[in-house]
Amino acid sequence: MKAVCWLGIEKMSVETVPDPEIINPRDAIVRITSTAICGSDLHLYNGYVPTMEQGDIMGHEFMGEVVEVGPGVNKEKLKIGDRVVVPFTIACGNCFFCKHQLWSCCDNSNPNYWIAEKMMGYSPSGLFGYTHMMGGYAGGQAQFARVPFADVGPLKIPSGIPDDKVLFLSDIFPTGYFGALNCDIKPGDTVAIWGCGPVGQFAIRSAFMLGAERVIAIDRFRYRLQQAEQGGAETINYEEVDSVLGTLKEMTSNIGPDSCMDAVGMEAHGKGLTYLLDKAKQAVKVETDRPLVLRECIQACRKGGTVSVPGVYAGFDDMIPLGAFMNKGLTLKTGQTHMMRFMGDLFQRIQNDEIDPSFVISHRVPIDRAPEMYKIFRDKQDRCTKVVLDPWTNGHAA
Amino acid sequence: MRSNSDSYSHNRRDSASYPKSFVAGRWGAIVAGGALAAFGLSRRSGGGLALAIAGGGIALAGAKARPYLEPFSAHSSILVNCSREEAFQRWSKFEDFPRFMHHVESVTNLGDGRYRWVAVGPADTPVQWDAQVETIRENELIEWHTLPNSQITVNGRVEFTKEPDERGTSIHVSIEFAPPAGPLGYSVASLFGKDPSFLIRQDLRRFKALLEAGEVPTTEGQPHGPRSAAIAALRFVNPDRPPRKEPRLSENLESQRGIA
Ligand SMILES: NC(=O)c1ccc[n+]([C@@H]2O[C@H](COP(=O)([O-])OP(=O)(O)OC[C@H]3O[C@@H](n4cnc5c(N)ncnc54)[C@H](O)[C@@H]3O)[C@@H](O)[C@H]2O)c1
Ligand SMILES: [Zn+2]
Ligand SMILES: [Zn+2]
Repeated sequence: MKAVCWLGIEKMSVETVPDPEIINPRDAIVRITSTAICGSDLHLYNGYVPTMEQGDIMGHEFMGEVVEVGPGVNKEKLKIGDRVVVPFTIACGNCFFCKHQLWSCCDNSNPNYWIAEKMMGYSPSGLFGYTHMMGGYAGGQAQFARVPFADVGPLKIPSGIPDDKVLFLSDIFPTGYFGALNCDIKPGDTVAIWGCGPVGQFAIRSAFMLGAERVIAIDRFRYRLQQAEQGGAETINYEEVDSVLGTLKEMTSNIGPDSCMDAVGMEAHGKGLTYLLDKAKQAVKVETDRPLVLRECIQACRKGGTVSVPGVYAGFDDMIPLGAFMNKGLTLKTGQTHMMRFMGDLFQRIQNDEIDPSFVISHRVPIDRAPEMYKIFRDKQDRCTKVVLDPWTNGHAA
Repeated sequence: MRSNSDSYSHNRRDSASYPKSFVAGRWGAIVAGGALAAFGLSRRSGGGLALAIAGGGIALAGAKARPYLEPFSAHSSILVNCSREEAFQRWSKFEDFPRFMHHVESVTNLGDGRYRWVAVGPADTPVQWDAQVETIRENELIEWHTLPNSQITVNGRVEFTKEPDERGTSIHVSIEFAPPAGPLGYSVASLFGKDPSFLIRQDLRRFKALLEAGEVPTTEGQPHGPRSAAIAALRFVNPDRPPRKEPRLSENLESQRGIA
């Protein structure tokens, strides 16, 4: 089959690899009909998350049709022919964490848990196509994928509703929603959201769903800010203001947003000395992340407010303003999304026409063009917001 | 005996009698390897894991050089979401141990509470010992010790305690190990040359996964793109590399799985 493989930093390649097989009793094989590139994949593309290996198959946002099931799969939950969206977190369904709906913390899905324990004390769940520390599972930017614990994660989708509308139930829609939920929104609240990528876009819409009065979205790309405005947000282009903090103060009568969301993560862009310092430290590996946005969120949040962090961080970060965090009595909420908590509900909202997630798609291309699309998406060229890959049509440059 | 973290205690008795250079070399390798592993894990490049594994490999090689001629003990514990009865029952079937103890090839019931253990030894030579179940307290405790005339001594003890609020059962395992003297001791010791607590912990993780999830998670046998020779070589020193080839479900259960 064809698969997008990581061959090194900024080196993606579509390779022909063997088809996946059932390895464990609860596995299923899915024939993929649509798959997407995520902002999280860019962290791997740029080489900032440790424990990638040359030859790893990328991708964690995919859907398709079940073509094979192992003997241990609960036949009432999943069978051959089912059309499914596969969540990016892999969970067993029966450990302490799964029982508590902390799906992205499952104890039994990461075979390389001991690597993660070295970095984090305890290991989160396995993820598709996301480093060996997170399990080393082959990903879904391919024609087929092996899905472990297939009777736990995958959500069945009836025919008649197009892939484009449901594909993002695999990650970014629930992630934006979880980010908004973590803001602990009360009636009348103002939520500030850094990052107007796909995660930010879904976070904006989810914040309104959860009853926010105002959403203020921050980015520097006009086309993304426009999309935020279409979702009902007020916007700040951080390149056009002296300080985001000052602007937010002005916009909130000096009280500050009730909650602040970092939908940017470890590769924040910025200006000034701290940005250059972070970049330099990251380059020589004394710091894994550039936590500019996290710092800003903590500074900007009103006293007693909540900081929500759907943006991905990988390791160790400097100069986090813990003084502000502590003295203002803030709450911090974060995590890889506990996917299965939200997929069913959000699918209902799609079916009820409350939202059509396909609005984020800017590019649809054959899988062969994935390597060039990584670059275009990374550099936000060509008004790129979200790339969907078709695994089955052939074709290079159109 | 109960402790929350893994512990590993080495009988200090004769470590002083090793030549200084040997001891220095060993600790040098462990320390350098550990640092390399830590560095590798925090590196940006794809060589990160490679370095980490290489570092780990050096650390292991350091540990392996340890002439395990004195007895040692290792301990680990784990929380499993199951009743004490279930945990006890599963652990009472010694014959099933190879399902989660990857270094154990087979355990055969000889009757009268006696079992023959065969482990995967260095260069695929089997190592064997007979053990007698000594104490068995229903749902609480199992203890076994090695019978005389065995190649090596491996005494074990497992305890089951109920955790509050339906959290399940904590399982505490202690192993005492004594290799024989002489060249056999060295070769057999390399079987346990990896950090023994790590091995026990791995076994316990697999036991937990079997009970909770019905299977042990793995990515062995999945497809991937071209790997570099260096990565392939370094995978070899991965401390978690399975000692024997797992039977593939796709081969064994051909008739049971469904294919569209
Ligand atoms: N928690 C989870 O489970 C989860 C799931 C999916 C994605 N993510 C993470 O969410 C983050 C965003 O993902 P995405 O797909 O939207 O990525 P993206 O790259 O498309 O979007 C990131 C946006 O942040 C903006 N940005 C950069 N620096 C900024 C700054 N200083 N202030 C304001 N905006 C800034 C960029 O201009 C860009 O528009 C990533 O870190 C990704 O890894 C997390
Ligand atoms: Zn993603
Ligand atoms: Zn679980």
